[in-house]
Amino acid sequence: MGDPMRIRAQVSANTTTVRVLMSHEMETGQRRDPAGKVIPAWFIQEVSAAHNGKPVLTASWGPSVAKNPFMRFNLKGAKAGDKVSVTWTDNKGDKRTDEAVVA
Amino acid sequence: MKAALLWATVGAALLTSPVLPGVGQAQAQAQAQAQAQAQPRAQAPAKTTADGIAEYRKMLEDGNPADLFEAKGEGLWKQKCGPRNASLENCNLGKGPGVVKGAFVELPRWFEDTQRVQDLESRLVTCMETLQGFNATEIAKTEFGRGEQVNVTALATYIAAESRGLRFNLPQAHPAERKSYEIGKRVFFFRGGPMDFSCAACHSEAGKRIRLQDLPELTKNPGDGVGFAAWPAYRVSNGQMWGMQLRLNDCFRQQRFPFPGFGSDVTIALGSYMGVNAKGAQSIAPAIKR
Repeated sequence: MGDPMRIRAQVSANTTTVRVLMSHEMETGQRRDPAGKVIPAWFIQEVSAAHNGKPVLTASWGPSVAKNPFMRFNLKGAKAGDKVSVTWTDNKGDKRTDEAVVA
Repeated sequence: MKAALLWATVGAALLTSPVLPGVGQAQAQAQAQAQAQAQPRAQAPAKTTADGIAEYRKMLEDGNPADLFEAKGEGLWKQKCGPRNASLENCNLGKGPGVVKGAFVELPRWFEDTQRVQDLESRLVTCMETLQGFNATEIAKTEFGRGEQVNVTALATYIAAESRGLRFNLPQAHPAERKSYEIGKRVFFFRGGPMDFSCAACHSEAGKRIRLQDLPELTKNPGDGVGFAAWPAYRVSNGQMWGMQLRLNDCFRQQRFPFPGFGSDVTIALGSYMGVNAKGAQSIAPAIKR
């Protein structure tokens, strides 16, 4: 279970902007430690978002995504008070879900 | 650099709308250009390198990973831990036990209980020792980015964030605080090392830069959110959160001086010097750096 994400969802007119900041090492598997040993790959593979429990976004990520990634997307039809949840799963099988209320 | 590039890639790939701050700036620029055209022969506002960097920072601000450290620090502040299983909520950062808001912009300051002038990070370590039962000497000896030092940085990020937007106003009433300022001033101008450098070599004139980084003039108030008012900060290039102690440690490294001890008098004195000089500057910490 990783560290918490920061999710902000702001509605303006009919569009909600969701901004997600995830806490993850995103190790590529290409780097070596000072002893010359390869640091094993460790990155987020799947990201999904749901609006009031209904899936609205899925993304497949790979090792080229940066450390502590930032993701932003627009959502149509959400209202203030609705819930937006984001889940990531990494290649070690670790998973984290966080939820935010649309403001 | 990897982090920065890829970060931008992620942002661009997943955005379904253009980055709004960029749009705002484009409009502002368009307006500025229109004004420039209205006055014939007026200088067209050419986009300088500094503008470009400012724009890049603006784009990054939207998702500053310092937020993650801030959240972690807040949790640590309230969480019971250490040999005494206590939280830091009774820690006195200078404005009374448990008062967090506004504490950051008044540090370093004199503390009666320790009989020392202390900066934010050394004060946090004191609280971790007195309240939670950690060994302060052990923490001070720990490398940055390892063990309890990670938590000290996260805590410092949280404390600083609680004073975001406030203006620096370091107390100078106690003789030790004035002494700390004077020592800091001397250290700032002290030349030495294999390159005969001092802090002042790079930071005592306006308009200087190293490669693309503007160097703040630290002998006076360098402006809102510049220099002392911008740390702790997240470094995009290495994905690390840096507090003022690590910032100063790296300044000493860049001058090829021996490393100062964590929370040593010399680092605190430099903090006093920069902090007092920054009087009135608005804090933007935790900031984001290249």
